[in-house]
Amino acid sequence: MPFTTTKSAFWAGVRDGAPFMAVAGPFALLFGVLATEAGLNVFEVMSFSIVVIAGAAQFTALQLMQDEAPTVIVLLSALAVNLRVAMYSAALTPYLGRAPLWQRAFAAYLLVDQSYALGHAKFESDPSMTVPQRMAYYFGTCLLVLMTWFGCSYAGAAIGTTLPVGIPLDFALPIAFLSIVAPMMRTLPHLIAAGVAVVVALVAVAIPYSLGLIVAGTAGMMAGAQAEVWLKTEPMLPPEEGDT
Amino acid sequence: MIDKDTLWLVIFGLGIGSYLLRFTFLGFVGDRPLPAWLVRHLRYTAVAILPALVAPLVVYSGEGGATDPTRFFAAAATLGVGIWTRNVFAAIGAGALTLGVLIYAMG
Repeated sequence: MPFTTTKSAFWAGVRDGAPFMAVAGPFALLFGVLATEAGLNVFEVMSFSIVVIAGAAQFTALQLMQDEAPTVIVLLSALAVNLRVAMYSAALTPYLGRAPLWQRAFAAYLLVDQSYALGHAKFESDPSMTVPQRMAYYFGTCLLVLMTWFGCSYAGAAIGTTLPVGIPLDFALPIAFLSIVAPMMRTLPHLIAAGVAVVVALVAVAIPYSLGLIVAGTAGMMAGAQAEVWLKTEPMLPPEEGDT
Repeated sequence: MIDKDTLWLVIFGLGIGSYLLRFTFLGFVGDRPLPAWLVRHLRYTAVAILPALVAPLVVYSGEGGATDPTRFFAAAATLGVGIWTRNVFAAIGAGALTLGVLIYAMG
């Protein structure tokens, strides 16, 4: 269905983005709770969620800071987890690249799994959309998801200190990570990448300054890429769920 | 306890770094295609680094670096249900339930 106005494109984006509130909300809530347990106050939790808006990267940074890893390692690891947004940015550029710079600058800030997945699918299936309509749709998909992300981060920070002791929160983070990663295991190269990373990580814990994580991550990445070449798996730019 | 200076350094470092990752192509690179080998490696970053981060937390989860069976089985349940259902919430539910039941059962 072709859009007649940029306004209708925006509201179509809002509608399509609504279901993703159910994904973003619980993760933001969990981040708020765990960050508060780790000693962050509400202002710090909110700054984190507003400045970074990237769930998996925020969880990674939080875990490594609690392990007292060096700051450089914290940053490198969390950014590595977030490298996929560079891929999203590349995938959206053919559709949004001709928009004004200020719009692209704002769109970049809002580039998360959901806005990428929805935007890319829509632009591909509806080539008649104009660039302003695409931008409007894209911003629309972000509206509710981002409000949920910020609101639930706040709610998590607010209830974080009131949770009863005895809940095994130490293991909430590993479970959250595994639940994010499991649905990503779509092809054999993905499994190989994860398997190699796990084995190297377990052996490499002895390497100081948490460098083992970088070593293991790099090894897994190379194993996955190499396996893809050998196995000739279909290349794809998958939306990765369960993460903002 | 997390040091406050470190925390703010990480928040802003991660914020700026993530923004640059998001902006690079939309802002600077434009329509030029990426080299295939780079895209191929980017595809496996998350599935490599996240398991690498979790594996030691699961395997060395008990006293003095031993494996805590309750946490190990909770992790296995999360992963198994996650791969099987492709559903984040089913995975979290399975992991949390397994952990809760095993902690209760083992007193």
